Amino acid sequence: MSLVVNPGRADRLWRGLVITAPYLWLLIFFLVPFAIVLKISLADPLVAQPPFSNFFDWSGSSGRRVLATLDNYRFLFEDRLYLVSYLNSIRIALIATGLCLLLGFPMAYAIARTPYPWRNLLLLLVILPFWTSFLLRVYAWMVMLGKQGLINQLLLSFGLVDAPLQFLYTDQAVYLGIVYTYVPFMILPLYASLEKLDPDLHEAAADLGARRHRVFLDVTLPLAMPGIIAGCLLVFIPALGEYVIPALLGGLDTLMIGRTLYDEFFVNRDWPLASAVAVVLLLILILPIMLFQRLSQESEA
Amino acid sequence: MTQARVARNGSPGSGSPSAPWKDSSQEPFIELQSLSKHFGDFAAVDDVSLKIYRGELFTILGGSGCGKSTLLRMLAGFEQPSAGRMLIDGVDVTRSPPYERPVNMMFQSYAVFPHMTVEQNIAYGLKKEKLPRDEIAQRVEEMLQLVQLPELARRKPHQLSGGQSQRVALARALIKRPKVLLLDEPLAALDKKLREQTQFELMNLQDKLGTTFIVVTHDQEEAMTLATRIAVMDAGKFVQIGTPGEVYEYPRNRFVANFFGQINLFEATVVASDGEHVTARLDGSDTEIRTRHPQLLAPGSHCGIGVRPEKLLISTLAPTQDGLTVTRGVVEDLAYYGNRCLYRVRAQNGRMIQVSAQNYQRSAQLLLEWDDEVFLSWNSDCSVVLSE
Repeated sequence: MSLVVNPGRADRLWRGLVITAPYLWLLIFFLVPFAIVLKISLADPLVAQPPFSNFFDWSGSSGRRVLATLDNYRFLFEDRLYLVSYLNSIRIALIATGLCLLLGFPMAYAIARTPYPWRNLLLLLVILPFWTSFLLRVYAWMVMLGKQGLINQLLLSFGLVDAPLQFLYTDQAVYLGIVYTYVPFMILPLYASLEKLDPDLHEAAADLGARRHRVFLDVTLPLAMPGIIAGCLLVFIPALGEYVIPALLGGLDTLMIGRTLYDEFFVNRDWPLASAVAVVLLLILILPIMLFQRLSQESEA
Repeated sequence: MTQARVARNGSPGSGSPSAPWKDSSQEPFIELQSLSKHFGDFAAVDDVSLKIYRGELFTILGGSGCGKSTLLRMLAGFEQPSAGRMLIDGVDVTRSPPYERPVNMMFQSYAVFPHMTVEQNIAYGLKKEKLPRDEIAQRVEEMLQLVQLPELARRKPHQLSGGQSQRVALARALIKRPKVLLLDEPLAALDKKLREQTQFELMNLQDKLGTTFIVVTHDQEEAMTLATRIAVMDAGKFVQIGTPGEVYEYPRNRFVANFFGQINLFEATVVASDGEHVTARLDGSDTEIRTRHPQLLAPGSHCGIGVRPEKLLISTLAPTQDGLTVTRGVVEDLAYYGNRCLYRVRAQNGRMIQVSAQNYQRSAQLLLEWDDEVFLSWNSDCSVVLSE
């Protein structure tokens, strides 16, 4: 389809602005910072201000000399700590995303099937937790999960356990925190794609001989796929680099890359190595996004 | 399977094989027995009984909210009846789930699966039957030929026009060779030209396959052109069931008379009735109208006299023929349609009467003009007494 329009000067200017704005945004707030991080990751750490070496050396007699080094990246592969952190992060993020999907799908489906005034109320309830600070909500979980916390006290008072259980500072607490925090990001895109689903399609499938589970597999699931993929990305990406939740709820052995990154920056003050960790993290994230782009292009073709 | 061909506009000879509903020895193919559907206190379908015969193209006609869609959804198995039974080919299907009924449905929205190609859509029903791959391919190919879409087999639904989507929906519903095909407003989403063409195609297809069709529609023209018989529905009940000719020319009551086309309706009081003719005096005037009506009506009782606009003759000269009811009036409004003219004539007694006249002669000038004095006349066989 081709749009035949002959825009005036003002129109063209406006259109140009609209198109440029998101690119400008990307340039200023993503590409430039990324370039800076990339540059730092190629430097050597120094005890100085700033704590890394220059990219170019101008002092030599032969003019400019590039000081870039891949040592930091090499180190990432040599020390098992980083590999374990990455894999652990990916594992935790994947499992948490799966849990969010299992929890979010039925919720989104139920909301999409609820008649109108109630539907808006349910959607509001999904978004409601965002009205309180994220940090506050994670602290609230610490209070509830602790040895003297609400859950343990309840279990003790009902006589279900003899001694308080260790909930806090475990991997399970990290899963709980991530699922609790990110499940709205799963529900909202799922709801958006399920709500568009024409109920006639379900009836048509049933009419043609499909039982309930077949209708779900043949019609509901494939048509909800864009929502599923969008929801999974929205949960997986922030969960992978999550720092606060594993730092507050996780144990000392809950290695996640966000925490490693933090430690490199603020504890070891090794900015170049921390930058290298960040660059690799970004590369890991770009992969699923590109995959999603491919998939959505295919489904449109 | 023998092909039962049912004549549209059923032939007058009773008991003839082309009008099975007049033959008491015929077994009905579909039978609804005192079927009801209540939503809370509201009776969407209210104690309805119906017999449909093999090979019929049966139309259920009614306005929105009359219960016709609920009835269709019960036949498909999407709604559970509150009371009553449904039999298809002698088998009680009242409690069968949709996927076990020998019935398929074409949805008003077509409900073509957007993520499947035309081919995959049509094959879907057979895949659920787990038929062998080559048989599915062969039957899909046949179906594509039947609905004239073979070159679009690999298209996705969003690349199809409305008419093409309709054919895909039709093919998908027919491929399982259902005993009954249910069609929910099959032509409503098409534009006028395409609708007329599709109407004929649908009729031809039904003749070819011999499948029993049940069509639900709100469009009386669609119902009349398609149907072997029409059930007119209002407030959850059937008001009249008959061939298109019967419901148009012999409407049982005012609702049916008004639903099908236009009618001039006069309130009147019965003067005499002999079981063959009824004479009635129009209220507020001395005009007496004699109409053929084979039922006895009590003198003094109230009735309506209806005359369809095309049954009236309009002329500037007084008609000389005997046995006509004649009244005089003035043309107050006229609409020129090319093939015919619609006149609104103010009769002497002040009533507005609509007359439709064919333009037999070729003339750029109007034969009658505004404010012309005219005679209106009709044969006593042409009016209808509406006692309900």
